[in-house]
Amino acid sequence: MFFQKDAETMSRKQIEDLQLERLKWLVDYCSKNIPFYHDRLEKAGVTADKIKCLEDIKYIPYTTKADIRDNYPFGLFGQPTKNIVRIHASSGTTGKPTVVGYTKNDIENWTTCMARLCVASGATEDDIAQVAFGYGLFTGALGLHYGLERIGATVVPTSSGNTEKQIMLMQDFQTTILVATPSYAQYIGEKAREMGVIDKLNLRLGLFGSEGCTEELRSQIEKTLGVFATDNYGMSELMGPGVSGECRHRCGLHINEDHFLMEVIDPETLDVLPKGSKGELVVTTLTKEGIPMLRYRTKDITQIDYDTCKCGRTFARMSKIMGRTDDMLKIRGVNVFPSQIESVLMNFNNIAPHYQLVITRAKFTDALEVKIELADGSLLENYSELENLRNAIHHDLKTVLGIETKVSLVEHKSLERFQGKAKRILDLRNES
Amino acid sequence: MCKIRQISIFVENKPGRLREMTNILKENEIDIRAVSISDTKDFGILRVIVNDPEKACLALKEADCTVTITDVLAVGIKDSPGGLFTVMDSLYNNGISVEYMYAFVSKSDDYACVILRVSDNEKTAKILADSGVKLYTSEEIYEM
Repeated sequence: MFFQKDAETMSRKQIEDLQLERLKWLVDYCSKNIPFYHDRLEKAGVTADKIKCLEDIKYIPYTTKADIRDNYPFGLFGQPTKNIVRIHASSGTTGKPTVVGYTKNDIENWTTCMARLCVASGATEDDIAQVAFGYGLFTGALGLHYGLERIGATVVPTSSGNTEKQIMLMQDFQTTILVATPSYAQYIGEKAREMGVIDKLNLRLGLFGSEGCTEELRSQIEKTLGVFATDNYGMSELMGPGVSGECRHRCGLHINEDHFLMEVIDPETLDVLPKGSKGELVVTTLTKEGIPMLRYRTKDITQIDYDTCKCGRTFARMSKIMGRTDDMLKIRGVNVFPSQIESVLMNFNNIAPHYQLVITRAKFTDALEVKIELADGSLLENYSELENLRNAIHHDLKTVLGIETKVSLVEHKSLERFQGKAKRILDLRNES
Repeated sequence: MCKIRQISIFVENKPGRLREMTNILKENEIDIRAVSISDTKDFGILRVIVNDPEKACLALKEADCTVTITDVLAVGIKDSPGGLFTVMDSLYNNGISVEYMYAFVSKSDDYACVILRVSDNEKTAKILADSGVKLYTSEEIYEM
């Protein structure tokens, strides 16, 4: 099944011709509408006329998350807010979030991209889909929501959390599709089993994303919930979910190549690698107006297969994300950068500038513990002072990260002594 | 003014920590007069009255402990029913609230010694002295 068969089965030549045409448009659009890109492109001597073939993209400088941060909040927008109809935001590397804007056309393209992926994974208008991603600034929920609505499915926007009610509705509505992070899906499954209603559910398809999922976890979820699970990929900087996703054959995630031009680079030398190589994914948005991205460094490691898939789609397939080139963590589906935590801790005087992040997974839910060394003895006067410090840090972390953390005060110098300075992050999730 | 120097030490709740702290005191030949520990789930504050607070504090700091010295009052209470009530009664009547306290029985006389942490030492000392309550000097405590 296809949502837009013509687009999804274009020949390689058709895809590349379209990409070239759109790339030229994009270069022109960016230099005319966004001063930041104008200056960068001028300095690099790149104009739309100079782009003769797709390989010429290599003359365009890379864009990074730091560039978005430096132009916070709307500096990289290609349109005045009058033409921006939606704002989303995700974690930044420091206290400020990464903000993205969408024009009407962007929302339309996003919806189309998402609808294609939903159909590719097997969703139909007969389905009842429960979206258990958190709604809000996060792109995941609304992205899937619009895509599923577009194909005519019945969307139930339950958002994340309140698992028992979630399961009750799933049972009462006879929901057929679950949209969630893999770990939350597994948690829902365990909870439904505990409630004794697992056999009364009618789920058949899982659209999972926003965090990595091993094959083991996937088959575990499929077994528990009785679903066929597919993975999809995206990030708010590029659009949100809808960049790529799996079809029924699950041999990589089909990239919506008419909207995104992918390159794979060596993160050290920054050289473009030959097709099929493993490296850092760099993405250029070909149609976005709100906040277009020229060669955005995703920091995600993958490889791309350009052969036509058994499903008939000609769009290239990227492998599941194999890792990161930076220290970004995914905790309960949310991006967390250690630098964000550092920027919060720097504002407190009573603690040493040393910390450790311990990430664990219990009952399929990630937990982040932030261990901080207490350096100031004056707080020992009474407990409430220590509790106040801990609560204040907890509050600020919640504000910046958007997730719950456990803040632990530990003895001075205990972190270095036992862990060594470099070992700031202790990720114990994949150890049982 | 009869102020006593009390040391507060931050202690994580994990095996061996109290052993380590008391070992530091032992190695430095510090004599402990009174000790109190209260804890939450993850950490506690160990409070001690010792014969040489400055030396003890320095030794603990050198061992990277987070410590602080606080002035507290040491009140002598008749070791008989109603002894503590007398003190609490006059504190209450004068609007003084107790942040925390702990007690030990001295070897030398018939008094129990109660370590009191209040917000205003000067005022409290005066009130207690006026009601005829015995206050120990630091020398008396260190020599006990």
